[in-house]
Amino acid sequence: MKKDLLSIDDLSADEIYRVLDTAEAMREIGERPIKKVPTLRGKTVVNLFYEPSTRTRTSFEIAEKRLSADTLNIAVQASSVQKGETLADTAMNIEAMSPDMIVIRHSSSGACNLLSRICKSRIINAGDGLHEHPTQALLDAFTIKQHKPSIEGLKVAIVGDLLHSRVLRSNVLLLTKLGAHVFVSGPPTLVPRGIEQLGVTVATVDDAVRDADVVMMLRIQQERMQGAFFPSLREYYNLFGMTTERVSRAKPDVIIMHPGPMNRGVEIASEVADGPYSVILEQVANGVAVRMAVLYLLAGGVENEAAA
Amino acid sequence: MKRLLKGGRVVDPANGRDGVFDILIDGDRIAKVGVNLQAEEGTVVVSMPSGLVITPGLIDMHVHLREPGQEHKETVATGVLSAVTGGFTAVACMPNTSPVNDNAGVTQFILKKAADANLARVYPIGAVSIGQKGDQMAELGELKEAGCVAVTDDGHPVRTALLMRRALEYTRMFDMPVIEHCEDPTLKGDGVAHEGMVASKLGLRGIPGEAESIMAQRDIALAEMTGGRVHIAHMSARQTLDAVRYGKSRGANVTCEVAPHHFILTDALLAAPVPYDTNTKMNPPLREAADRDAMLQGIVDGSVDVIATDHAPHHYDEKHVEFDRAPFGITGLETCVPLCLDRLVHSGLISFSRLIELLSVNPARILRLPGGSITEGAPADLTILAPDLHVKVEAKTMKSKSKNTPFDGWELRGGVAATIVGGRTVYNNAAVNLAI
Repeated sequence: MKKDLLSIDDLSADEIYRVLDTAEAMREIGERPIKKVPTLRGKTVVNLFYEPSTRTRTSFEIAEKRLSADTLNIAVQASSVQKGETLADTAMNIEAMSPDMIVIRHSSSGACNLLSRICKSRIINAGDGLHEHPTQALLDAFTIKQHKPSIEGLKVAIVGDLLHSRVLRSNVLLLTKLGAHVFVSGPPTLVPRGIEQLGVTVATVDDAVRDADVVMMLRIQQERMQGAFFPSLREYYNLFGMTTERVSRAKPDVIIMHPGPMNRGVEIASEVADGPYSVILEQVANGVAVRMAVLYLLAGGVENEAAA
Repeated sequence: MKRLLKGGRVVDPANGRDGVFDILIDGDRIAKVGVNLQAEEGTVVVSMPSGLVITPGLIDMHVHLREPGQEHKETVATGVLSAVTGGFTAVACMPNTSPVNDNAGVTQFILKKAADANLARVYPIGAVSIGQKGDQMAELGELKEAGCVAVTDDGHPVRTALLMRRALEYTRMFDMPVIEHCEDPTLKGDGVAHEGMVASKLGLRGIPGEAESIMAQRDIALAEMTGGRVHIAHMSARQTLDAVRYGKSRGANVTCEVAPHHFILTDALLAAPVPYDTNTKMNPPLREAADRDAMLQGIVDGSVDVIATDHAPHHYDEKHVEFDRAPFGITGLETCVPLCLDRLVHSGLISFSRLIELLSVNPARILRLPGGSITEGAPADLTILAPDLHVKVEAKTMKSKSKNTPFDGWELRGGVAATIVGGRTVYNNAAVNLAI
C-alpha cells in the first residue's frame, strides 16, 4: 500500500481486495463481547474535520478505538478558517506532535493532497470537496460483496447529483477497476462534463436501473446547490426519485444503497429506503470494519494478523 | 557614445530583414543599419559571435506589476528587472492595482517608479471604468494624456455591453484599444479549472471555454458596430479563436494575444505530476489538448497577433493553500523566450521572423508604441537572443519577487543573451558572456 489513502487511484485491484478481506476479519471483532484488540496500541490518530460530519467521524473514531489507537478529534469551524491559520500551518503544527495518522475531511478538493505533501504522517481522506471519499467506496464494495458472489460483471446504477458527489467519483473508480458495469444517471445539469471518459455509461434513470444488480442513490446535497440545477424537489422526485415502481425494473435480487444522510421523499421513497432490498444500514455497520482495515493496513499490518 | 554591433544575424520583420547586418547605435538611438559599416574613431565595436540573433526589443503587452498596493507580490522595480532578464525592453502593465489605475495620479506614480528603476520601458494601461467596477467610465482622455496606451478592466470583462460599446466609441478619439478579459461571469461562476474530464475527476468546479468565447463574441460584434479597436487578452479557448477569425473576416478591428502556458500546457497538469498544484491555476484556466492545439494553429496561420505572458506574480503564502482558495495566475516574463524558442521555433512551427512579429512588431503596432523595428532614428531597444543556449528554468533564482511558475525545472533550448534599452545594456546573461 502507498503511504496515504487519498484516492481510490492509490489502490490496485489487489489492494482493494486486500482491504475487503481484512475488513471481513475486522467485522468479527465488532461481534465480540469485548470489541477491542491491541493492534494499534501506542499509535496516535488525529481526526481533522473541517466539515461537519456525524456518520464518517463517528465511524472512524469507533474503528480507531476498537484497534486501541489513541484518537484525537479536531473540528474546525469553516468560519474560523477565514481568519485563522492556513491548512498548511495547521498541518505542520499537528505534524510537530508526531501523530501516526491523520484522517481529514475538508470542503476543498485536493486538501488531503496538500496535507500529504507536508506531513510524514499517513493521511486518510475522509472526503475532500467534490473529489473523493475512498473509504465510502470501499465500504460500499464490501457491502456489495456480502450480497453478490462477485463485483465483476455486475450492473451498478448510480443515480442523483453526480456533479457534487465525491462518493460518485470514488465509487466509479473502484467499481470500474473491479470490472463492474457502471451506469450513472441524473439531471443533465448535474452530470459532470467528460464523466463518460472515466468508463461509465450516462443513461436515463430507467435505462440505468433496468436489470441492475445494485442501485446506489446519491444525496441531493441541498447545501451545495448554488444555482437552479433543477426546478424543484417535487419535480426531482418525480423524475429521479427511487420509488418502488422504479425499483421493480431492476433485478429481483437488487440491493439499494445510499451513503447517507438520506433525504426521504427527495431522492428515495421511504418504502424503498426501509424496504427488503435496502442495505443502507448494513453500509453504516460495514463502515467501521472497513475503516479498521484501512487504518490497520496503512499502519503496516498484514491481513492474517488482523484479528489476533 | 557610439557602439557598432558587427556581423550579427538581425531579424527585423518590420523592415523585411533577416540576415547579417551591422547596427550602429548612437547614444539612445539607432544611427544606421547596413552591411559592412565602418567604425569611426571612438566607436566601440562589438563583434557578434555567430549563433546570436539581434531583434527589435521584445514587448510584453500584458503584465501585472502589482504596484501600487501589492508590493509583497511584485514592485515596478522587481517587475522591470524580471522583464529585462527575460529579454523584454518594454512591458504594458494592467490597472488592477490597489488603488486601481483609473486616474492620472496612479499612472504618474507608476511611471515615476519605472523611471526610478530605469530598466525596461513601462507603458501603463488604464481602467475602462472607475475602480474597474463597470459602472462609470474613467477619464480616459486624462489617462491617455498621463501616458496610458490602452484601457481595460482586466481581471474582469467590461461589465455591461453598453459600457463596452461606449468605451469602444469613446477611445476612437484617442486611437487606443480596449483590451478585454473575456469571461461571462455567470458561466464562470466560482469555477477554478477548465470544465472537462480532468476537472470532473478532480472534483474542481469548471469554467467552460464558452465563458470566454461568448464574451469575445459580444465584444467583437461591438467593435464591428462602433469601429473601435478591441484586443482580446490571454485567449485560451478554441471557440474564442473562431470568434476572432470571424471578426477579422468581417473587417472588425479585433486583435488577440495568447500566453505561452495556453499554447504549451493542458489541464492534464492539474492532476499530475503534482495533483492540485496551485501553480497550474490561472484565469483563464489551462484547457484541454484541442484548445492548446488550436492556439498553436492560430500562431502558425496568423490568426494570433501577439504572444503576451499575463505575468501574474503571487506570494508563496498565497499559493500555498487549498487549490480552490489559491489566487489565479503565474509569472511569465522570465520563461517566455525559452518556451517560445523551444516550442515554436526549434520545433519548426514558425520562423524566427514570425516569432518577432508576435513578441515585438504587433504589440508595438497595437499599442502604437515607438518600438517593434530596428529603424534608423528609432530608440535603440534591442534584444539579443541566444537560440541554442541550454536553459534550465529555476524558479528560486528568478528576478521576479514571486516564484509561482509551473515551468520550474524545465530544460529548454533558447534564451536571452542581452537586453538593450535606449542604447544601454540593461541585462547581460553571464551564461553567454557577450562583451557588450
